[in-house]
Amino acid sequence: MIPVCRLADLPTGESVRIDTAPPIAVFHAEGQLYAIDDTCTHQDASLADGWLEGCLVECPLHAAAFDLRTGAATCLPARRAVRTHPVTVEDGMIYVQHAAEEGTAA
Amino acid sequence: MKSVAVIGASLAGLYAARALRAEGFDGRLVIVGDESHRPYDRPPLSKDLLTGTTSPDRLALADAEEIAELDAEWLLGTEATGLDTGGRTVLLDGGRTLATDGVVIATGAAPRRLPGPAPAGAHTLRTLDDAQALRADLTRGPVRVVVIGGGFIGAEVASSCATLGHHVTVVEAAPLPLVPQLGDTMATICAALHADHGVTLLTGTGVARLHSEGAGNRVTGVELADGRLLPAEVVVTGIGVRPRTAWLEGSGLPLDDGVRCDAGCVTPLPQVVAVGDVARVDGIRAEHWTSATEQAATAAHNLLAGRTVTTHRSLPYFWSDQYGVRIQFAGRRLPGDTPRILEGSPDDRSFLACYEREGRTTAVLALNRPRPFMGQRRALARAAQPATT
Repeated sequence: MIPVCRLADLPTGESVRIDTAPPIAVFHAEGQLYAIDDTCTHQDASLADGWLEGCLVECPLHAAAFDLRTGAATCLPARRAVRTHPVTVEDGMIYVQHAAEEGTAA
Repeated sequence: MKSVAVIGASLAGLYAARALRAEGFDGRLVIVGDESHRPYDRPPLSKDLLTGTTSPDRLALADAEEIAELDAEWLLGTEATGLDTGGRTVLLDGGRTLATDGVVIATGAAPRRLPGPAPAGAHTLRTLDDAQALRADLTRGPVRVVVIGGGFIGAEVASSCATLGHHVTVVEAAPLPLVPQLGDTMATICAALHADHGVTLLTGTGVARLHSEGAGNRVTGVELADGRLLPAEVVVTGIGVRPRTAWLEGSGLPLDDGVRCDAGCVTPLPQVVAVGDVARVDGIRAEHWTSATEQAATAAHNLLAGRTVTTHRSLPYFWSDQYGVRIQFAGRRLPGDTPRILEGSPDDRSFLACYEREGRTTAVLALNRPRPFMGQRRALARAAQPATT
C-alpha cells in the first residue's frame, strides 16, 4: 500500500501524481477516488495534469480520453487502456495498491 | 464511391482512412506512402527518439489489430507522381497507375534545405529515417552541433542534443526566434531556455554555406553570412517546410502554398479532398498535429457526401517540448496583441498567459502549466466557434 495524501487535501475535481514506477495518478472525481497509470498510452504526458469531466480524464497534450473506472481509452489518439489501481482510505489517508502487471486491463 | 486512394501514409492520411471506414465506406481503400514505414507519430522524432527514450516501434499510430480492421491496400515505398483528374487516375513511380473514384491528398510537407548538396553529417529532420540517421551521428560521442533555425523543431533538436551531452549552437536569421508565433515578449522568454541549458543562440545572422572535407565529404563547420565560422561535426537544418504539391502540377488543382480547398477540405473537384500540412484550408495552411487529425474527419465526411456538407474551423493548437519545459499555445494571435501573465512566473519557466486585443482573449500560452492551459483552451474554443457543424 502506497500512501498518497490526506483525503482532505484532495478535493473533488483534483488529482495528484505519485512517483511510483511507473507513476500513478489519483483522482477525486464525482465523490469517488480513482487511480490509474499516470502516463497517457499515446505519448508522454501526465494524466494527473489532464482535464476531468465526470469519470473521464482528457490528456493535456492531444485530448485522448480515459475512463477512470476501467482505464479504457475512450477517444483517439490513445488506443490502449491505462491500468487501474485499487484505492482505499484509512483514517483519512488515501492509499493506492500498485496493481500487478498481469491480470489488469489490457 | 467504390474506391478511394489516400496519398500520404502519415498522421493525416491514416486519420482520413479511419474516418472513411468510420463513416461506413466499405469500398476499396488504397493508402500510398513514399516512406517504407506504416504511419507513425512525428512529434517524438525530435525529442524522445533522438534522446533514445523511445524506439521506432513505439511510434506506430496504428497497431496490427487496427491495420487489419482498416482493410486497406498499402502501397508503401511508393511515390505518387501525378494526378489525372479527368481519368480519375493516380500516377505512381515506376509507371504504374491507380484508378480510383476519390482521392485524399495527404502528402504533407518536405523540409526546406540549404542550397547545394548536403555533406555527410548535415541533416534535416522530418521522417523517421531522418531521425535515425541523425541519432546515429549523435551516438558516436560528444560533438559540436550547429542547429540552423531557432523555431520549434530547431529548439527541440538543440534541447535533445544538449541532453545527450553535445556542444550546441543555434543559428537564427531573425533577430529573435519564434516571434511570428509568440510575439516579442513571449519569444524572448522561450529563447532564454537555450541559455538556461548552456546552448548558445546566435541571432540576426544567416548562413553562407557549409564547410566539408575529406574523402567522406563530412561537414566541418558552418560559415555564417557575417563571415564567422562555427566548427561543427553535425549540422541540423530546421528552417521550415514546403507543402509537397509538385506531383500535382498539371492536374488542374489550384496550388498556392498548398492545395487550395474550401473550409470543408474539398478542392474544386468534389472527388478530391486535401488534409494536413499539404492542405490550404479556406486560405490557411496549418502545420499542426491537431489540425491534421481534425481536418481528416471533415474531409472524409465531405468526400463521401460528394460535396461540402460540413466545415470545421478548429482553434489552432500546438505544443513543443524543450529543455524539460512543455510549451502549449492555442488561438489566433495577431501582431500587437498584448500578453498578460495569469498565473506563475516567467522566471520559473512555469506560467500561463493570455493574449488580449481590445479586452478580448485571442490566444493562450503556457509553459509547464498543462492543466490551467486546458481550461483556457476550452474556453477559447467555445468562444471562437459557436456551433460550426
